[in-house]
Amino acid sequence: MAPAVRRLRVRAPSAIPGFGIALGYTLAYLGLVVLLPLSALVFKTAGLGWAGFAAIAGDPRILAALRTSFGVAFAAAVVASLFGLLIAWVLTRYRFPGRRLVDAAVDLPFALPTAVAGIALATLYAPNGWAGGVLAPWGIKVAFTPLGIFVALVFVALPFAVRTVQPLIGEIDRELEEAAATLGATRSRTVLRVILPPLLPGVLTGFVLAFARAVGEYGSVIFVAGNLPFVSEIAPLLIVIKLEEFDYAGATAVATLMLLISFSALLAINLLESWSRRRFGHV
Amino acid sequence: MDIRALGITKEFGRAAALRDVDLEVRSGELMALLGPSGSGKTTLLRVIAGLEQPDAGEIRFGDVDATPIPVRRRGVGFVFQHYALFRHLTVSDNVAFGLRARGRSRRPPPAEIARRVRDLLDLVQLAGYGHRFPSQLSGGQRQRVALARALAVEPKVLLLDEPFGALDARVRKDLRRSLREIHDATGQTTVFVTHDQDEALELADRVAILNGGRVEQVGTPDEVHDAPISAFVMGFVGESTQLPVEVRAGEVWFREARMAVPPQGCAPGPATLFLRPDDLAFCAPQDGWPGQVLMIRRAAGGRRAEVKLAGPGGHLVEIDLREGEAAMARGDIVHLRVRAGRVFPARADAAQSVESRPQSGRVPMP
Repeated sequence: MAPAVRRLRVRAPSAIPGFGIALGYTLAYLGLVVLLPLSALVFKTAGLGWAGFAAIAGDPRILAALRTSFGVAFAAAVVASLFGLLIAWVLTRYRFPGRRLVDAAVDLPFALPTAVAGIALATLYAPNGWAGGVLAPWGIKVAFTPLGIFVALVFVALPFAVRTVQPLIGEIDRELEEAAATLGATRSRTVLRVILPPLLPGVLTGFVLAFARAVGEYGSVIFVAGNLPFVSEIAPLLIVIKLEEFDYAGATAVATLMLLISFSALLAINLLESWSRRRFGHV
Repeated sequence: MDIRALGITKEFGRAAALRDVDLEVRSGELMALLGPSGSGKTTLLRVIAGLEQPDAGEIRFGDVDATPIPVRRRGVGFVFQHYALFRHLTVSDNVAFGLRARGRSRRPPPAEIARRVRDLLDLVQLAGYGHRFPSQLSGGQRQRVALARALAVEPKVLLLDEPFGALDARVRKDLRRSLREIHDATGQTTVFVTHDQDEALELADRVAILNGGRVEQVGTPDEVHDAPISAFVMGFVGESTQLPVEVRAGEVWFREARMAVPPQGCAPGPATLFLRPDDLAFCAPQDGWPGQVLMIRRAAGGRRAEVKLAGPGGHLVEIDLREGEAAMARGDIVHLRVRAGRVFPARADAAQSVESRPQSGRVPMP
């Protein structure tokens, strides 16, 4: 009875070489660039001990800031996804003069320093600004309120939502719409049942990116938010405040909290996305 | 439901896809639109379906002018070359799509929809595949789903755009037979587009041959094959080779030899003699033209020789080999005589249409 030779098989034999080196590179890169700084963060937080961490996690001002950060980022990502879908649709489906200019303008929030965007929005939406002046008589205040944060976050998150669905819209076969029409479907039914389902995975991906970007946004928000504790203060600002007070442990504790919430939210959305890809993304 | 196209003209940009096309499809008929690519056959089908609006002319379904009726109310079943299945829906949901898209008052109850879907999947021999997604099916199966989906809405007419074009030969043959059987069972007026003459001749009750945006001839497969009315139809349907001849005093002359073929009403002057591979026969040296065998190949279940005729021009003809002639080899000198053939006036546009033919006819025109 010769002992059977057992080899650890982590992959099926493949004609394409390079699995070992590619996986090694991926893990090393991920470790150095992503995991190392994050673990330093957790390590620093650990210096506080459970009691210290719990005190910070229970601080009403910090809880309010986290609520503002994630709540407004979620709302902004939802709105950016919807409008992003619309913009991507128009840019892909219709030919109109200036289309390329509009297409290029979508990326501007990527390129613009976010502080510039924040200052521009604050000026625009301040009660004496162009947009703020129009809204003020209606009792709508944008600048220096959570609504201002929302506007800034939609601005910075929009390109992600547009760019993820745009290629998918380009791939939709015209014949699918014609087939739906010959089967008697109305235009709205065709859009809802034929066009949108295959786009759903792309929309979700765009949502994830937009949400992640919005949660981490700092530069544009602090100029337009007003930064009132318990009202329009975001968690990243609290981190900066703590840093300025040389409370490094406190700053990392808030950061760790954000990290935990972000990670679980992204994980949940990613699971949802892979489910929808299986369900709607059959190629 | 009979379909009539009256004076249909359709232009894309400056190129005319259809020029004043008249066509009648009889009720319950299976008609093929046959032509080379760019002949306008798909455009005509799409105009009938309402997927394209004609620039001029009228489509009539029975006594009704269907031209202003939008595609979704026209009651046509349309099958696309590349299936156009909804890939995020199961096979059953694809087939049920049209029934579920109906307004509330005309929509059958869910149990009835499920029953109809089951019946249709039986009809296209896909019973038990209802829960699958299109990506899990082969090309032939996908096209069957597309057919079932189109039939589900009980269309007045069934239109198929190169339905077998993307499939391999064997699947194509199966599906052809299925389509014929389904047509015979439902009796639905059916029009399909193809560039494959075998498909058209085998499957259709009548064939409409299109060329350059016009209908050249409409007739049964036998009529278009045996009695073509133009050089284009002669060249496009069936296999043939051509010889430049001259009609003189009611006789057909190839160089200084009189051909045993009547001029068939062809006016005196230069003409083209079309020869099917069985129109030629081998003969004794004093009775026919000498030529050299260039190649022998298998075609349509038999053997066929390609012969280069002696003399200037080096015209090529093809001849079927009968049993007993199998000993022939490449390079042999043989003698050929013409037993039958068709003569059409040599025209500039005939030469052009011959050029665009997918197969046979390699004789350069004079």
